[in-house]
Amino acid sequence: MSKLVTRLTSARRQAKAGRGRQAALGPSVMWAIPAVVIYALFALAPILVVVAISFTSWDGVRPAKFVGLENWINLPHIAFLGSSVKIMLVLLVGSILVQLPIGLLLGVWAAGPQRNRAVLCTFFFLPLVLSGVAISIVWRQIMDANFGIPGQFAAIFGGNGNVLGSMEGAIATLLAIGAWGSAPFFGLVFQGAAKGIPQTLYDAAAIDGAGRFRQFFMVTLPQLRATIVMALIFMVVGGLTGFETIMIVTEGGPARKTLTTPLLMYYSAFRDYHLGEGAVIAVLLILAAGGIAVLFAKYSGFDKMESDLEGL
Amino acid sequence: MKQKPNVVAGVLTPLWLLFTLIPVYVVVIGSIATAQSFRKGGPLSWPEDLTAGNYGNIITGEFPLYMATTMGIALMTVGLNLLLSLPATYAVVRGKSQATRRVFRIILLGLAIPSQTVLIPLFWIIRSLGLYDSVWAIVLPQAAFGIPMTVLIVSSGMRSIVNELYDAMIVDGATVTQRFLRLALPLSKSPIATVSIFHFLGAWNSFLFPLIFTHSKEMTVMTVGLYKFIGAYDVDYPSLFAAVLLSAFPLLLMYIFARRWLLAGLMGMSGR
Repeated sequence: MSKLVTRLTSARRQAKAGRGRQAALGPSVMWAIPAVVIYALFALAPILVVVAISFTSWDGVRPAKFVGLENWINLPHIAFLGSSVKIMLVLLVGSILVQLPIGLLLGVWAAGPQRNRAVLCTFFFLPLVLSGVAISIVWRQIMDANFGIPGQFAAIFGGNGNVLGSMEGAIATLLAIGAWGSAPFFGLVFQGAAKGIPQTLYDAAAIDGAGRFRQFFMVTLPQLRATIVMALIFMVVGGLTGFETIMIVTEGGPARKTLTTPLLMYYSAFRDYHLGEGAVIAVLLILAAGGIAVLFAKYSGFDKMESDLEGL
Repeated sequence: MKQKPNVVAGVLTPLWLLFTLIPVYVVVIGSIATAQSFRKGGPLSWPEDLTAGNYGNIITGEFPLYMATTMGIALMTVGLNLLLSLPATYAVVRGKSQATRRVFRIILLGLAIPSQTVLIPLFWIIRSLGLYDSVWAIVLPQAAFGIPMTVLIVSSGMRSIVNELYDAMIVDGATVTQRFLRLALPLSKSPIATVSIFHFLGAWNSFLFPLIFTHSKEMTVMTVGLYKFIGAYDVDYPSLFAAVLLSAFPLLLMYIFARRWLLAGLMGMSGR
């Protein structure tokens, strides 16, 4: 009986092997077609469509009207465009200066061997479970002039608690939110990278008499270079295109002093219903963000990602 | 090698802990304060009257509906994304033709497109396809924008499956599809889990797509529900805080019980 089964299976195997030779070719490109179609329609096509919309006058409801270069010629006259670029760059540079050092210190510390590390990390990474919207709403309340912390301090110490009423206060608040909500994310990324640094490098540095600070600057930082570049891309692209937090916390205020370019794009399109004008700003942002991502990638060797993977 | 105590860390970590915990304290304590005592005492003081009523307000209101909608949309986003991306990843990894290589390159290009900058054209595309204010208005673009990430992460896992295993299956007469279902997929479980968490988090917390591409009450997701809250003239902060905590509840549970996976998913890195 068992002999029969063996013979039958081996016969079946031989028969199938004949078919298998054709099957050995591997999956055809058809396997990727559904993904490519959906991806092209919702992720790639918008880049062409946004250019097309920039040549129209469209209110979002009625059919768009072709107006040629009107929106583009009008570009220098878009209200607050110049100031929005300035404040965007201020916030971008500020965010990097705040979040990169905090993220680095947090990550390198969290990768270390301290005894209290696990418990403290639980708290340090806690903001990551909140959505950007939730974080922004909480901070908006915390900085509220009447019912927030500045208001409570003003009631005790005097003065007015209207931190969000001044440009400096609004910028400081936005930077603090980034430190609270985003820096832990980069901390997490740096923790992963720092754990991968071989201990022998530190041992060698210690034998050469390098203390903790020198080890940080001579071993840790250079070893984290690629991760730092990646974090910078994240921060720069996020700074050039993100606007959720500002939209919720300051609404571009006070007096449009924190109205950044992506928020201006959103307001032109979905509050003032000038989607043509918004599209012009969007094209500029795509060029800026895409250009910077490509530059960074070229400079840092990230575009060789594919060949790196090929070796595996 | 024994090191000296780290003074810098000793000073900075308590400060950072304080900074991290103040907003947490305000939200948690505020969510169990009566509206009146919160206003009187301010966010930092211990409230005179405690209540569970804020949670009651939220649970009996529309917020559970928003949460259910969000959950449905998030699961659909992850499901559709995997359904599209996994066969594509398989083609990219195992395909022998030039075309599959080109697919990989084009798809990776998408990692450089920030979704906020294409809100206007996506709005046009979604209106033109008649999808406005439907589940698909959120699910399709979200799933599409997630394709590059899934392909990138799962392909690196799938590439580490050795050729011998495929060869053995070919000898056994397994078809391309069988090799995908019985070999490539099961052995890529870990990266698939990671990207699933990554996309679930993204969809659960997404705000701008739902805000712009939908408007009806049935399509309101949790983040948009929170946002509507602050639009009110007289914001009931304790109830808002209760809503914020409830909105993060599933993720908090994951944070407590499956932190490694949540954090790995958050970064989009394969956690093993």
